[in-house]
Amino acid sequence: MKNFISMTLNGRSRDDAVPGNMLLVDFLRETVGMTGTKIGCDGGECGCCTVLIDGKPRHACLTLAASCDGTEVETIESLETGGRLSAIQRGFHEKLGAQCGFCTPGMVMAAEGLLRENANPNEDEIRQGMAANICRCTGYVKIIESVQAAAEEIASKEDAA
Amino acid sequence: MELMPEFDLHRPTAVEEAVKLCNETDGALYVAGGTDMIVNVRRGIEQPTALIDLSAVEELQQITEDADGLHIGAAVTLETVSNDVRVQKDFTAVAEAAAAVAGPTHQSYGTVGGNLCLDTRCLFYNQSEWWRKSNDYCLKKNGTICHVAPGGKRCFAAFSGDVAPAALIHNAEVDLVGPNGRRRVPLTDIYRNDGMNHLAIEPGELLAVLHLPKSEAGQPSTYEKARVRGSIDFPLAGAAVWIKQSSGKIDELRIALTAVNPYPHLIKGLEKFTGAVLDDAVLDEIAEIVQSQAKPMKTTTVKPWYRRRVVGSIARRLTKRLSEAS
Repeated sequence: MKNFISMTLNGRSRDDAVPGNMLLVDFLRETVGMTGTKIGCDGGECGCCTVLIDGKPRHACLTLAASCDGTEVETIESLETGGRLSAIQRGFHEKLGAQCGFCTPGMVMAAEGLLRENANPNEDEIRQGMAANICRCTGYVKIIESVQAAAEEIASKEDAA
Repeated sequence: MELMPEFDLHRPTAVEEAVKLCNETDGALYVAGGTDMIVNVRRGIEQPTALIDLSAVEELQQITEDADGLHIGAAVTLETVSNDVRVQKDFTAVAEAAAAVAGPTHQSYGTVGGNLCLDTRCLFYNQSEWWRKSNDYCLKKNGTICHVAPGGKRCFAAFSGDVAPAALIHNAEVDLVGPNGRRRVPLTDIYRNDGMNHLAIEPGELLAVLHLPKSEAGQPSTYEKARVRGSIDFPLAGAAVWIKQSSGKIDELRIALTAVNPYPHLIKGLEKFTGAVLDDAVLDEIAEIVQSQAKPMKTTTVKPWYRRRVVGSIARRLTKRLSEAS
């Protein structure tokens, strides 16, 4: 059985017919061709597939595409503007928050969700807010610095504006 | 993980419609957040012909309050529950338990109803299809042998929800909606001591609302769990404690456990502490009673003796902390 869905994906609305059993991560990667969202553990444990649905972080590997009817989905592809990195992406780039890079899209989207709710998190709040994302390279120190750098950059821009 | 099996997805917008769909479709199951269900579907543990997605049923997403108490819709997310000031203030253990489920991403879409109806878990059960097949499956699914207790005919998979023990100590009730209508039962009645079939909910019945009675509101309560990774894991052992004291003596003490039995277990025999002063000897005795009623088996990578010991320690520590704070 096909389900007909309308969603806003990275700011653009689209209509699709998807099988009821299609996962959002497969829809994003195979149907849409946006391969930025990664499949890590494939069971909701690692957080690599984290995307934002209606602004909230969610595992694309445990979400059915058909359930996203009427929602706004944001992936890692939505963050850059005209080829320029977002503050969080720049934070990860400059503070070496990415090593092998596989967890990074999920980390960045989890950080995006966190900073939208709490623009100035302390270290504990960053650790707690991103606890569902696992990284096997960095030991998290650099990731936390990356998110702090992004929060500072966003705050300084808001001060200037 | 395996490819997704074939199934249809229905998205009803009303409770009655969801129940009707589920009962009219052979092999249909409910799904809300999906943090447990979709994993089990992918592992071949659940093989639904259709999933009834509850995420569009507005009635299930609401928290209402009246003279009777708080009424939390089954599809309210764990994050919403843990952030609700009424729950934090009057039913502290429930808010703490919701905030202790997995990680923050899971909490942002995992639901209260899903956590209450969580399938029991076991090292030999929560595995991929090929893993379980190569191990001759197990008693709980497709097999004839329990690898945890090979001689027995019982399944010891552990109930691992966090919210249930916290709701139990507050004497919570739930609404079950089936083809014959709605019934309200004590939460404790929906569980039984059978890892294979731990939910006493009729097939097709939907847990729609969690009621937290006002009569129980405001008494100090708390929840804590032990887990392998502090960031995301299921509990190895967990305890929720509720206490009522007057002039330094216990009026009533309630303790419920999770992850050490096939069902969330309300500790029996605590009435004897009514009127007692909580000194070290009494606390030791409470820990002893808790440990004797916890029956962890080899269902996790961590040894049962550790989980039994730790659940007693958690219960002791929480009781002490609550009594000193109140």
